[in-house]
Amino acid sequence: MSTVCELPSSSFEHLLHRLYAVQRQFLHIPPQAMHQIAIEYNVPISQIAAVVAFYTFFHTETCGRYHILFSNCTSCGYLMDGHNLMQMLCDQLQVIPGKTRQDGLISIMETSCIGMCDQGPSLLINDVPFSRLNPGRINQIARQIISEVPVTDWPETWFEISNALYRRDLLLTESLVPGSALQIAFAQGAEPTLKKIARSGLRGRGGAGFDTAHKWQSCRTALGDTRYIVCNADEGEPGTFKDRLLLQRYVDAVFEGMTVCAAAIGAQKGFLYLRGEYRYMHPHLIEVLEQRRKLNLLGSQILGQADFQFDIDIVVGAGAYICGEESALIESLEGKPGIPRIRPPFPVTHGYLGQPTVVNNVETFIAAAFIALKGDEWFKTRGTELSTGTKILSISGDCKFPGVYEYPFGTCIQRILDDCHAKNVQAVQVGGPSGRLIHPQDFDRVISFEDISTGGSILIFGAQRDLLIIHRNFAHFFAHESCGFCTPCRVGTRLLKNHLDKIANDRSTMVDMLEIKRLSHLIQHNAHCGLGHTAANHILDGLQNFPHTFEHHLQNDFSAQFDLHRALANARQIDQQSDAENPLD
Amino acid sequence: MMPIKPKLRIATTSLAGCFGCHMSFLDMDERLEKLLEQVEFDRSPFTDIKQCGPCDIGLIEGGVCNVENVQVLREFRAQCTTLIAVGACAINGGVPALRNYFEMQDCLNEVYLSGIGVINPKIPNDMELPLLLDKVYPVNEVVLIDYYLPGCPPSADDFLQLLEPLLTGQSPILSKIHLRYD
Amino acid sequence: MPGRSINKAMLRTLWINMMTISSSTIRIDEQEIFFEAGQTIMDAAMAANIYIPHLCHYPGLPPSGNCRLCVVGIGNRSVAACITPACAGQEIRNNTAELNEVRKVVTQMLFIEGNHICPTCEKTGNCKLQAIAYFLGMLHDHFPQFYPHRELDASHPHILLDRSRCILCDLCVRASREIDRKNVFAIAGRGIQAHLIVNSPSGKLVDSTIKVTDVATTICPVGAILIKEQGYQTPIGQRIYDQRTIRETAQQEYVSAKAKNDAD
Repeated sequence: MSTVCELPSSSFEHLLHRLYAVQRQFLHIPPQAMHQIAIEYNVPISQIAAVVAFYTFFHTETCGRYHILFSNCTSCGYLMDGHNLMQMLCDQLQVIPGKTRQDGLISIMETSCIGMCDQGPSLLINDVPFSRLNPGRINQIARQIISEVPVTDWPETWFEISNALYRRDLLLTESLVPGSALQIAFAQGAEPTLKKIARSGLRGRGGAGFDTAHKWQSCRTALGDTRYIVCNADEGEPGTFKDRLLLQRYVDAVFEGMTVCAAAIGAQKGFLYLRGEYRYMHPHLIEVLEQRRKLNLLGSQILGQADFQFDIDIVVGAGAYICGEESALIESLEGKPGIPRIRPPFPVTHGYLGQPTVVNNVETFIAAAFIALKGDEWFKTRGTELSTGTKILSISGDCKFPGVYEYPFGTCIQRILDDCHAKNVQAVQVGGPSGRLIHPQDFDRVISFEDISTGGSILIFGAQRDLLIIHRNFAHFFAHESCGFCTPCRVGTRLLKNHLDKIANDRSTMVDMLEIKRLSHLIQHNAHCGLGHTAANHILDGLQNFPHTFEHHLQNDFSAQFDLHRALANARQIDQQSDAENPLD
Repeated sequence: MMPIKPKLRIATTSLAGCFGCHMSFLDMDERLEKLLEQVEFDRSPFTDIKQCGPCDIGLIEGGVCNVENVQVLREFRAQCTTLIAVGACAINGGVPALRNYFEMQDCLNEVYLSGIGVINPKIPNDMELPLLLDKVYPVNEVVLIDYYLPGCPPSADDFLQLLEPLLTGQSPILSKIHLRYD
Repeated sequence: MPGRSINKAMLRTLWINMMTISSSTIRIDEQEIFFEAGQTIMDAAMAANIYIPHLCHYPGLPPSGNCRLCVVGIGNRSVAACITPACAGQEIRNNTAELNEVRKVVTQMLFIEGNHICPTCEKTGNCKLQAIAYFLGMLHDHFPQFYPHRELDASHPHILLDRSRCILCDLCVRASREIDRKNVFAIAGRGIQAHLIVNSPSGKLVDSTIKVTDVATTICPVGAILIKEQGYQTPIGQRIYDQRTIRETAQQEYVSAKAKNDAD
């Protein structure tokens, strides 16, 4: 391929960005390009090939000029009121999901949640989100593609995203004058700032709830040549979209929080790792960073501090849920497949490029910025003793007002359901597929680190839903997103997926229930990282709280598990005995 | 006088297998004589009985590669109190399952049309021939299996070790020393 | 039972040691053993001749922790012994029925995930996956087989790469990088699609720098990487695991790695 030598050359570009540029240009990543990039980056070609194979947004087969990714999430997915919107579009454009049409015009695939859960069924078309899909919209899209209208010329209103913010509490009622928190942090000094964060009781908002000040302090005192700050904006948990809103409206506070952290621990470089699904926000983030540089809030001698320099780069991921795990995220930052590292050592001592690194959630940095500005007492006016402050929730599913809500920690689930007008609720999945499936009898339980912890995803399932479809969706999700590193997760998530398919196809027996339970426990206890530890939570909760979901599909006869008809389909086609009587059916 | 204990009834079959497990069973040689004081055979290549009656033990050699195998296996499951998968093919598909790594059409083409030494190329499609399944299945993916006796083939000693506890109504335990997959 | 060979004098020494450097012992299944700073539980156990089943670990290579056969129990947690630092006072469960059952299930997962039809594989009798299954008393594969379609690479004149038998243990990747200093292999792809790739422009083994004499060529615990024209040379009865258990070979590996290390 002669065009390869015309590739834009920039040896300082992040590997993922470089690969993305190639993907955009050639609609796939050709072997020659991989070869050339390997030489440029001075890494083995196998590393480039491994990266390309790891991230779902990179392809070695050519994609269509219109490349469409339908979300398959339970809230923003393509199954809507009995319609399969993806299949509708595929039928109209005569394309098979996952296969580029012969003429190269279009390819349609499904992808894990794209964070549009409050917007209804959604897709990404050439990286741009398109939400509030319905059969009518599908027809309109098909027409635009058939007449080959460039996506940039489609009506702008189609791409509008309403960022519904229904409840503001401590953080989201505030607005931050850029630099104001930083000024106070400089005036007070690093040690008092850390102490203030410590007194506030701030814990990581990603869900695990690690003490933020403790993390910062450990990083500060760890041995290293330099230190890094990483903002985890890889919001991949299905049902979570609050970071989408926070990055649109509050990103100054995010960057401010990162800079406060940098000043406190002595870091010079920060990264915001943005999930590939949010690529369309990249220009906005770049613009805000540029403004902050102009305001002397980034760069050297920030706000006149002679010895403080700090800057932030945005790195855009390429479709991998596992990169939300902090050590996998760091691997990805280093231009590798996102496979979680062996821990210990932890990132606070051995993070990015082996140096001490703080990795915090978007929301944590916002909270930190406001604590620096408003003080720890202000922060502690909300929440519980062990979970101070507020939690920003992404609420979607069967309710009247899906959107972002900020609640004090300690708020009970029933209150949340009432506020978003969720009626007739059968179950709530708190914390996304990796979280807990809550039965109505537990709706008096509260959102907090000591009771039900969540990164922010609240999926509401009304009485009319078949929970088995939900479980099946989650099981497919984990099998798709398992990084494949360790045996229990790689094989186990696939086995669970197969089991749930089997139940849904009415080919399971009571024996399978015991089997699923045993398998779930095995993955939970023996996998390498958090993905595996939590992948079977929903099944164990389902078996315990909603056993009927599975039971009414079960067969008494063990032999039901073998589908003879399906096993013979191939031979019947080849043998042309298709109508021969089958003695066993 | 002790009442005469009824003999245990055993049925055996070879599905997609090579009869090697059956041959190995016969390697018990003179020990068979003693065994036959306690057991009798129902449907089996040893007896040529065509239809399986109610049995205490069923021994299945071979995996499940065609519709007839499914039929026989289901018959055994229905008739045998204890069903035992014997040998590599029954347990994981064995040698016949190597076709599972290829498309069925490609296999048929290779064997009957384009392979070396093929004369009069034609894929057989006589109505008498049982239809092939999409792949070769281990028996436990088709019916419930009670015990497994690995080996390719399991030795005569393995068979005896398996049967002896069953004769007295106990559960068989295969010692690790006997455990072989080849 | 190892305890029987300890005489009174040894016990006294042991007791004194325990009192003076009690901060550097761990306990594995009631047996108290010493460890050096920086050692993992696996390192300490191997040095004390305690066998913790493993496949992806090899003495002398950096650990990976992917196979999860070496899971041990500490309190209510399960951890992989090969990547977990030994820590003074740890009470570790290893050879328990519960853990061996977990290990057996993990082994079954590895069997059904690939092509592990032993009678058709040259490695049979010398295969660690097979040997660990023997050790754990695995009678059958239990789970439905995946029968994956994975690419075979027969391009190299002397070395065969059959990916369908690969268990993704990463040993060849590490051996090539750390010992052979070549980087011939890598693992690519996600989840069940994960597969071994070759670091050459064509992706074929023949275009890589691999040699028959490389450690990466011979370290494969299963029949995924084989030297050609050597199959079935050893008669049944004389193959490695006809004569020894995997527990014994693991100890031999440790002893020879240690001897090599001490000599260097």
